[in-house]
Amino acid sequence: MDSNEKKFLSVHNLTIDYVTYEETVHAVRDVSFDLEKGKTLALVGETGAGKTTIARAILRVLPEPPAKVISGQVYLNDKELFGISEKEMCKVRGNDITMIFQDPMTALNPVMRVGDQIAEVLLLHGKTTKEEARAHAMEMLEQVGISGDRYDDYPNQFSGGMKQRVVIAIALACNPDLLLADEPTTALDVTIQAQVLRLIRNLVKNRNASMLLITHDLGVVAQTCDDVAIIYAGQIVEKGSKEDIFDRHCHPYTIGLLGAIPRIDTRVHRLATIKGLPPDPTLLPKGCGFCPRCPYAEKICEEKAPELMEVEPGHFCRWQRKIAGE
Amino acid sequence: MKKFVLKRLLWMIPTVLGVCILTFTIMYFAPGDPASIILGTTATDAQLEELRESMGLNQPYLIRLGSYLSQVFLHFDFGTSYTTGVSVVSELMERLPRTLFLGVLSIVVSVVLGIPIGIYAATHQNKASDYISMTIALLGSAIPGFWFALVLVLIFSYRLNWFPAYGIGGISYWILPIVSNSFMAVGLQARQARSSMLEVIHSDYIVMAKAKGVQQRDVIYKHALPNALIPMITTAGSQFANSLAGGLLVEKIFSIPGVGNYLVNAVNNRDYPVVQGSIIILAISFSIIMLLTDLVMAAVDPNIKSQFAGSSKRKKK
Repeated sequence: MDSNEKKFLSVHNLTIDYVTYEETVHAVRDVSFDLEKGKTLALVGETGAGKTTIARAILRVLPEPPAKVISGQVYLNDKELFGISEKEMCKVRGNDITMIFQDPMTALNPVMRVGDQIAEVLLLHGKTTKEEARAHAMEMLEQVGISGDRYDDYPNQFSGGMKQRVVIAIALACNPDLLLADEPTTALDVTIQAQVLRLIRNLVKNRNASMLLITHDLGVVAQTCDDVAIIYAGQIVEKGSKEDIFDRHCHPYTIGLLGAIPRIDTRVHRLATIKGLPPDPTLLPKGCGFCPRCPYAEKICEEKAPELMEVEPGHFCRWQRKIAGE
Repeated sequence: MKKFVLKRLLWMIPTVLGVCILTFTIMYFAPGDPASIILGTTATDAQLEELRESMGLNQPYLIRLGSYLSQVFLHFDFGTSYTTGVSVVSELMERLPRTLFLGVLSIVVSVVLGIPIGIYAATHQNKASDYISMTIALLGSAIPGFWFALVLVLIFSYRLNWFPAYGIGGISYWILPIVSNSFMAVGLQARQARSSMLEVIHSDYIVMAKAKGVQQRDVIYKHALPNALIPMITTAGSQFANSLAGGLLVEKIFSIPGVGNYLVNAVNNRDYPVVQGSIIILAISFSIIMLLTDLVMAAVDPNIKSQFAGSSKRKKK
């Protein structure tokens, strides 16, 4: 693994299934990506594409069972996270890697004071005294725009946007190297979304942290990210820099996604969509996962799954035609 | 908070009034004649009629009800027993501690045993230990207390001679009654604890706690348990009602001179003042336990607390 020496986060061939008595859901299939220090990578995909599963797998907080990591490694600063003990992993979580959850309404413990939830993570990793942790937690609250006197309040006294700020304060309290932001703005009002996003971006930038941003909002991606990986049915179908994806995209799914963004300057009767639904993850097609919905599908697409290949330096695409050299 | 407690205490008055009217009415319409029970089968019609007249049994329903209610609510006097002539209040005060001791200890046992069993089963979900403990809990909640009490007496008193079979005295007298009275509550509590723990364990804030780097043990006891406790407290509170009701039979089986035993005998003897007095005392104890349950819940769950505290506390902030 000489090549990841300079890489900060490196995910190799991650494959995850959810196994139950009746069926096996192939949630993540052979996903690999790298992330440099200080950069932001967006994982973009539809609901159920496996984005959250990837983030939770990196942090090793998937519910096992039913989740099962079939293969893969995650390297953080050359430390293989799947190989270390649970005790060591507890030191990584909340300290080196933290996570912002999708739904702020359910992410905070309802019977614990908001400030204590921030102070807890400081006490776990910071080796500080209780008084210092309290002072620091108040400071974190102020940083996310909540008055420090609200330390002793409970989550039910906060609005959704404020709860998400608290979650962000918890995630950033220990100055993590990597932030996993799982749709941090999806559950929020549009007006609050921009504020929260700006807050996350500034805090991450000031600390030179890296961020893995999970979203299905391409506007957010354009504003926030350096690199983008498009995920479809548990696989990366295209990845590259933001410019690669927005300006020189090549996968039919990416074309469809970008085509589905409504434009403010044209009038349309019906918004553009990608026809059909993602494949049933328990019963994936033999060939390319996108084939049934692809306007360019050919016979070979049904039979042979395409490989991810480099179309230009740093820009990868999983499409049969590109492979055929068209 | 004080205002809430006061309000709840005032609400007990209509509750007790309702219980009073209901029990009085049921006893009024129930067949059976206290006069013939007191005087026995040898009494003449004239003697019976004279006694009925002196006891006020010949008065119309509404007048009897009215005089009973004024006696109870204005003078806190439950009258005297028809059969023994002893004041019902003094008799009840002597017996109530025993009944409450049995009820409270049964609940304590059910909480101390049931909740850990439930947590253990939830944290070992779908493993053999989960199935074993849940089978035992199912048996516990399915076996009737009185039958279990008889089996316990048969084994531990009659065959093994480890514990006395009836009466009151030292702690050894209480073990069999408490075990038989709490067996069902332990089972129900364990099942409730397991299901509420499972629900909490799969919620987002538990994943969040893990993501913060909290060790598995602390995730369970510091984050999951306080949340799962809320339905468990409700169960414990309502189990207390069952435990009082079940206690009536258990007291009878073990001949414990508690309220239950007193009540059962009084029903057989149509001893109206005793029946009504016992039921009112049980209703009041039950209302107080329910109030305590709500207060404990408010202490555990800030959501409930904020409802109780009302707007006054929020304004202060």
